[in-house]
Amino acid sequence: MFTFEVGSLLNVALILGTILTFAALLIWVERRLLGFFNDRLGPNRVGPFGILQSVADVIKLITKEDWVPPFADKFTFVVAPVIIPIVMLLSFAMIPFAPGVGIIDLNIGLLFIFAMAGLASYSAMLGGIASNNKFSLLGGLRAAGQMISYEVFMGISILGVVILSDSFVLRDIVEAQEGRWFVLPQFLGFIVFMVAALAESHRWPFDLPEGESEIISGFNTEYSGMKFGLFFVGEYIGMFFMAALIPVLFFGGWHAPFGLQVGNEIISGIFWMGAKTMAFVVFFILVRAALARPRYDQLMNYGWLVMLPLSLINLLITGAYVLAQGS
Amino acid sequence: MLKELLHQLNIIWSHLVSLWLVFMHLFRKADTVEYPDEKPFTFPRWRGRIILTRDPDGEERCVACNLCAVACPVDCIALQKTEDENGRWYPEFFRINFSRCIMCGFCEEACPTHAIQLTPDFEMAEYVRQDMVWEKEHMLINGTGKYHDYNFYKIAGKAIGGKGKGEARNELPPTDRRSLLP
Repeated sequence: MFTFEVGSLLNVALILGTILTFAALLIWVERRLLGFFNDRLGPNRVGPFGILQSVADVIKLITKEDWVPPFADKFTFVVAPVIIPIVMLLSFAMIPFAPGVGIIDLNIGLLFIFAMAGLASYSAMLGGIASNNKFSLLGGLRAAGQMISYEVFMGISILGVVILSDSFVLRDIVEAQEGRWFVLPQFLGFIVFMVAALAESHRWPFDLPEGESEIISGFNTEYSGMKFGLFFVGEYIGMFFMAALIPVLFFGGWHAPFGLQVGNEIISGIFWMGAKTMAFVVFFILVRAALARPRYDQLMNYGWLVMLPLSLINLLITGAYVLAQGS
Repeated sequence: MLKELLHQLNIIWSHLVSLWLVFMHLFRKADTVEYPDEKPFTFPRWRGRIILTRDPDGEERCVACNLCAVACPVDCIALQKTEDENGRWYPEFFRINFSRCIMCGFCEEACPTHAIQLTPDFEMAEYVRQDMVWEKEHMLINGTGKYHDYNFYKIAGKAIGGKGKGEARNELPPTDRRSLLP
């Protein structure tokens, strides 16, 4: 029960604890890094290097008035922010962190992740509609449109990986990448998936559902206190999840690059998986600091007219290659 | 077609360049001055907290001429003139409402006696609004401020106790009009 095997209680507790701690820490990491990118310092007051900033934020959010606007649809309004953290945590159950470290290896792993990503859009949609506020409604509509259109080619872009590894199980996908990371044969798929992952997790530059400069705060305009905090944490878990999923699918998961194995298999696996995840977290934050938000019509055009054909071409080439190899 | 493709490639390239340039800012020193720990340098002519100075003899320089109050664009200076037994003018009270003051320095420029001066001190926050109103005893310092040798009554022609007409610097004795008769 308390051993390092997939689904043991020890694994579940450790992974859940790590994810929640890191998701909270990410708030600080993001603000600090954004500060550095802007030639500022970022929050450095609370605790050493400001590392306890998230704790201060949480205390602030908890002690704020938990207000439900009288014009809102109460039940939906309360339920909406709960959906996104739960769904993102459920998706995390699929991620294999190291040999023997993981929560579950469903044989429909990738499909489950897409189902959960689809459900996550309900959080923004319901939040936007239940608030009964025109800006929230606009944000919710934008979230729905963006999620639906970007999920299409997000799925297609991954099919190349699935064809190459011949499995939907994430652990098998990682094991298939021993010695050959999928980012090389699937570079087009990686680019498309990267863009789609940014859009899926509402990260900049695809933060149109929130779009402060256009629609105040989008779907969470009416939210305050810990309800807003749940949206916030859910978004950060989503970003952390996407940053963990990209290494699993394209960068060899726990496999050490250039044979740089440290310690035994499990320690090395966790180390490299963590390093790769953090690299993508930093990249997401860099993208936030550097790139500007597109217009909504540009977003849609780009999604349907560029990304979808690219992912289809990638799928076609991969399929043809595998067929030619097999025959 | 080719032109359009090149245009799109150019867009992608410019995005990559901006990613790279922003990333390089990670290795640059932050511009932040961590204020309470690290005081910023303020130049000697910084327009900060207002003081009233004394002349080299230790007397108040202010002659209560009201020019500063007239020059003040936000009308934050209030004072009342009075005279001592020697005939020196001085303010009976001198009040500056720093919650209105915009540190423009016009009072310093208007002052004919270098009495009112602005200093580099900028830390003037108070918890109680009433504490922002400063009286003469709060602003009057025991020094000459930026102008060490200037002494108004030693230069001006006005007679005060201990210095009659014609005894100021560069001043001729008063002319006896009757002696000018032809």
